[in-house]
Amino acid sequence: MPLDTSSRGTPLVELRDISIAFGGIKAVDHVSVNLYPGEVVGLLGHNGAGKSTLIKCLSGAYQKDAGEILVNGDKATINNPRDARTYHIETIYQTLALADNLDAASNLFLGRELTTPVGFVDDAAMEAETRKIMGRLNPNFRKFADPVSALSGGQRQSVAIARAVYFNAKILIMDEPTAALGPQETQMVAELIDELKRQGLGIFLIDHDVHQVKALCDRASVMKNGQLVGTVRVDDVSEDDILAMIILGKTPEELGVASAAAG
Amino acid sequence: MTDTVSQSQRVEKRKLLDTLEVDTRLLGMIGAFIVVCIVFNVLTDGRFLTARNIFNLTIQTVSVAIMATGMVFVIVTRHIDLSVGSLLATCSAMMAMTQTWFTPDILGLGLNHPLTAPIAILVGIATGVAIGAFHGWLVGYLGIPAFIVTLGGLLVWRNVAWYLTNGQTIGPLDANFRLWGGINGTLGAQWSWIVAIAAVAFALYTLWQSRRSKISHDFPVKPMWAEVLLGAIVAIAILGFVWILNSYQIPGPRLERMFEARGEVMPEGFTAGYGLPLSVLLLILIAIVMTLVARRTRLGRYIFATGGNPDAAELSGINTRLLTVKVFAIMGALCAISAVVASARLTNHSNDIGTLDELRVIAAAVIGGTALAGGIGTIYGAILGALIMQSLQSGMAMVGVDAPLQNIVVGSVLVIAVLVDIIYRKRTGAK
Repeated sequence: MPLDTSSRGTPLVELRDISIAFGGIKAVDHVSVNLYPGEVVGLLGHNGAGKSTLIKCLSGAYQKDAGEILVNGDKATINNPRDARTYHIETIYQTLALADNLDAASNLFLGRELTTPVGFVDDAAMEAETRKIMGRLNPNFRKFADPVSALSGGQRQSVAIARAVYFNAKILIMDEPTAALGPQETQMVAELIDELKRQGLGIFLIDHDVHQVKALCDRASVMKNGQLVGTVRVDDVSEDDILAMIILGKTPEELGVASAAAG
Repeated sequence: MTDTVSQSQRVEKRKLLDTLEVDTRLLGMIGAFIVVCIVFNVLTDGRFLTARNIFNLTIQTVSVAIMATGMVFVIVTRHIDLSVGSLLATCSAMMAMTQTWFTPDILGLGLNHPLTAPIAILVGIATGVAIGAFHGWLVGYLGIPAFIVTLGGLLVWRNVAWYLTNGQTIGPLDANFRLWGGINGTLGAQWSWIVAIAAVAFALYTLWQSRRSKISHDFPVKPMWAEVLLGAIVAIAILGFVWILNSYQIPGPRLERMFEARGEVMPEGFTAGYGLPLSVLLLILIAIVMTLVARRTRLGRYIFATGGNPDAAELSGINTRLLTVKVFAIMGALCAISAVVASARLTNHSNDIGTLDELRVIAAAVIGGTALAGGIGTIYGAILGALIMQSLQSGMAMVGVDAPLQNIVVGSVLVIAVLVDIIYRKRTGAK
């Protein structure tokens, strides 16, 4: 009832009835979410609610026990991160997943190096490409020769974002992209999300900050104890409603019914 | 006042090093090596830095240095290989049996057939790769820690070698095979110069090529004088090294025997230098190939990425399990090549060949700046580490230091070298 998605055609990606358990604990329990082109869907919930685990099934880091993943309406097989990349699914992990001992260009192209005709890695070409994309994302970025361990939190973040954006992602997963950033850099990420949205990407955004989710997302899916509490259009609900979903695990309608019954 | 002067001098020096873009760590190691050489040269009244001793030092270093280049990859990926000495023994046993029993008797090629050495070496490398890959599979796919797998391997392969040969020493080895051992196979002065000039040309071409590629991408380049200076240093180092090896003369009686063997008479006053040993040439080629793998190939990139952050490598789609197999297989191949050099140098396979080599190899890699925490290490560092270790060992032997004291010193140097490295990295802020 609350979400009329039928008129919008095929979702870019659809996670259907996903379950995954670790040693008897159901980390994700029959959860379904979807994402349309040019849309940002927020994933919310307490620590351990299963957001990151759900999303790792999509990015190929974990293998789901049950359920199916559809990309553009077709069933997709994602067994590892390489598979996810072939579906143009890119992920910015909370930990950033950077090799600290390598420079920005090596990290950006890790696993997808540009090579010379002889088959050697083409460092000069990769650095040139890195300079180009960084010029767009973070014009202040200068440290191309240093290992990324020498970079600030914001600079590291921009390397991770550049890596996700550079390879023509269609589906972008961002796991708390602003957790380690200052206000200015957070603003930068927000602007980037808006721009990517306009380009027609679909973005899953995992975040703790309800205010930010209200500002950046079109819809929000809330999880609790591995189960989906519900999905709401953020403009239809208040921040308090979302908080109630996170904390009590109840949708505004359920709460409305409950309070009506009590009254 | 004096303070500010020394300060500005230091800044000047820093600037010079920055302009040349040389690795200060490498300079430090070369400095340490030079100090070791000079100290021993003084203590031995000039016997340490003779052409003869430098020649011996280089051929003694080769076997450990070859394995150390592979150990860099193993340690960079956060593993360890304690089995290299035993693996060397098994490869050596397989090769010795191939050339003294399989090719002469089974294939009927007889003794010293030209095909014997290549067949034996292929068998050795196949053995090394197979065992190394097996270790890698146990580590990467079954998740057994490399320390345990190779600790087991240390016992297993040492005794497989023993079992295969019934504990007997096998020799003499094939004449062509023995050429790889060092003094029995040198290029002679003329060919050594040719190799040296080719090497200088190659080094200068590489420098020029890298400058051109930087310019084509509009990256900053060193000033021309810095490039020329660097090129000159490299050229002088290569030519000087070959000049030293060439000036070690083959002793007269030995020359006479060589002429007799060919049915000729040695002309009066004839002299000849040894020149570059084949084994050293082999080490140099391996160093170049391994450096190319480390810096210029995806495999090398993935090895360092995995060492820096295994999770990130995995999430970037790198098959880290298969990578582990490859790294240990490379280590196995290098153990086999080391086995060629080591057994050829001894002219036979003996039961205790390569004993304690695992410790020398790990020490060489670590002294050469390979971090046990993974992600950091260089091929040239490991070779220099092996050279420093060997210099210490043979220098002390020449001075007449007692055997137990020698080992005490070498052990202490290992620990101190790592401490210095830790302090250096903290000071420079590198990780």
